[in-house]
Amino acid sequence: MSVLEIHDLHVSVETEQGKIDILKGVDLTVNEGEIHAIMGPNGSGKSTLAYTIAGHPKYHVERGSIKLDGNEMTGLPVDERARAGLFLAMQYPVEIPGVAVTNFLRTAKTALDGEAPALRGWTKDVREAMKNLRMDPSFAQRNVNEGFSGGEKKRHEILQMELLKPKFAILDETDSGLDVDALKIVADGVNRAKTETGLGLLVITHYTRILRYIQPDFVHVFVDGRVAEEGGPELADRLEAEGYDRFLTETSVG
Amino acid sequence: MSAPASPLTTDEGAHQQAQLDPTQPGRAPRSDGGSSYVPVQTRSERFKSTTTSDFPAVTGREIEWKFSPIAKLRPLIEGELDGGAWHYDTVATPGVSIAWVDRADASVGSAGVPEDRASANAWTSFERALAITIDGDEIQDLALERSRLDGAPRAAHTIITAKKHSRGHIVLHNSGAAQLAENVEIVVEDGADLTVVSVQQWNDDAIHLASHFARVGRDAKLRHVVVSLDGDVIRINPSVHLVSEGADVELYGAYFATSGQHIEQQVFVDHNAPKTKSRVTYKGALQGRGAHTVWIGDVLIRQSAAGTDSYEQNRNLLLSDGARADSIPNLEIETGDIAGAGHASASGRFDDEQLFYLQARGISEEEARRLVVRGFLAEIVQRIGSPELQTRLESAIELALVPEGAPS
Repeated sequence: MSVLEIHDLHVSVETEQGKIDILKGVDLTVNEGEIHAIMGPNGSGKSTLAYTIAGHPKYHVERGSIKLDGNEMTGLPVDERARAGLFLAMQYPVEIPGVAVTNFLRTAKTALDGEAPALRGWTKDVREAMKNLRMDPSFAQRNVNEGFSGGEKKRHEILQMELLKPKFAILDETDSGLDVDALKIVADGVNRAKTETGLGLLVITHYTRILRYIQPDFVHVFVDGRVAEEGGPELADRLEAEGYDRFLTETSVG
Repeated sequence: MSAPASPLTTDEGAHQQAQLDPTQPGRAPRSDGGSSYVPVQTRSERFKSTTTSDFPAVTGREIEWKFSPIAKLRPLIEGELDGGAWHYDTVATPGVSIAWVDRADASVGSAGVPEDRASANAWTSFERALAITIDGDEIQDLALERSRLDGAPRAAHTIITAKKHSRGHIVLHNSGAAQLAENVEIVVEDGADLTVVSVQQWNDDAIHLASHFARVGRDAKLRHVVVSLDGDVIRINPSVHLVSEGADVELYGAYFATSGQHIEQQVFVDHNAPKTKSRVTYKGALQGRGAHTVWIGDVLIRQSAAGTDSYEQNRNLLLSDGARADSIPNLEIETGDIAGAGHASASGRFDDEQLFYLQARGISEEEARRLVVRGFLAEIVQRIGSPELQTRLESAIELALVPEGAPS
């Protein structure tokens, strides 16, 4: 049984105005097979949490820990965290000119498994995963994220998640910019991955819309770098009705 | 004739020159530290001569030298050059003849005339030219290895001729020590189809200045590929003259400059006949402090070249800080009747976000760089048309990626 445990996490970034503390003591435990929604207003630290778990060099862990099955992740290089079983579906995936999707996927799979996947089975897996996400086969020959529409980028992120089979995936605003049809396709992919691999999910979103298609087990509301409130799926419904104003008035904005 | 009243010119080099000396926009000579200097407004009127002394002393401010590390090049630009025969290795091929010919031979000068002093110095100095002649309908493959030049300043002259309707694939592979100024003439006769690949994998202290002149005949096709990887200074300037209707050229370049290396290419395509076509694609990667690459792409579409189609592009990938890529496309059009003309230039970083993205998928930093650079240069390397050489070059590119100080 895998578990991702975040304890007393404090994170800062360097800016031109100096160091800014963004996360101010986050505690969160995600078990295998659970879906946790992280919600909150802009600037509350949701994406910082996502990138800190993945190990982006911009974010400095000041205090606290991120443990995957008891192993400390902070301090590990980004690729080692991925090999330990963490996956981040990015909000703004970058273009990699000249590198075809098929080559990229195979290189990643080889890096994660320590050996190249068996050709025939892998080709079939890729083809089926793409079909499920309603991606045209020609997509595999395109260069990574180059000229992709917003929806194609998000589907490509979920495609990677389905094929690379992480223990835990963090979806950073995967819903933003998607129309409802694309959102359903992406949500189906997430639910399929959960059914097939039993991974744990951290779904970061500003809106409750995606939670109609991906049912969370727990909802955490981030405000000013901390978890301000936690609950079950009903908390999302309440946020849908009330918005974040209730939380914002409790903190000094600005 | 639908030519506009004045030529449409987008010549950034000329613009810059004009800013330096706004009172002298034309071809009037100007005084520049004592040397007489003629700013060139249109590429077709650039000064040409086969004789070194016809060129003024090089100051380093000239349009053709201003990006180059002149101090290192002095011995080749103005020094005495050994013009004797040089050693090469090759395997005899039935449809290809190789012979040393006298400098008075009729084939010498059939594809072009030097436009810079180093090229003229090489021309003045060579004793005999190496003539490679391709004949026959079957495709002829020839690889010529030049690996045993000594490090002394020398000149060379090579003439590659593809006879009428012949088909050839010629690889010139350079390695070892060199301080070389040379001219390579390429004649593609009517209906011929020729590929010329020049690969530079010199020793780290080598200096190589080359001018390639090509003349492409009626319905003939030239594929010209330059791959420059190793050497201190490499400057290869191909000029292609499309002189008969239907002449077609593809010019490809791939280069990888690491710390302190200077790799330069000044490409000139001269459309001088109707329905001629050119495609120019150069791609470079740079890594390390002081890595410098220069690409200047001049395309001239003359009044005589109605219905031409041309496109040139240069892309650079900067893998680290402290590297510099200069990229200057110039398009000069003297006729209003063209099928297409365009250019593109882009230089970008291999940035931390690309690295993060690939690493977040479990790929190591080293593998990520390999993936990106190999992908970037693949478009060019795949044009070489020799699988064995392609594999060799891909390994060489990967080797160049090993960070300095790391065991290689």
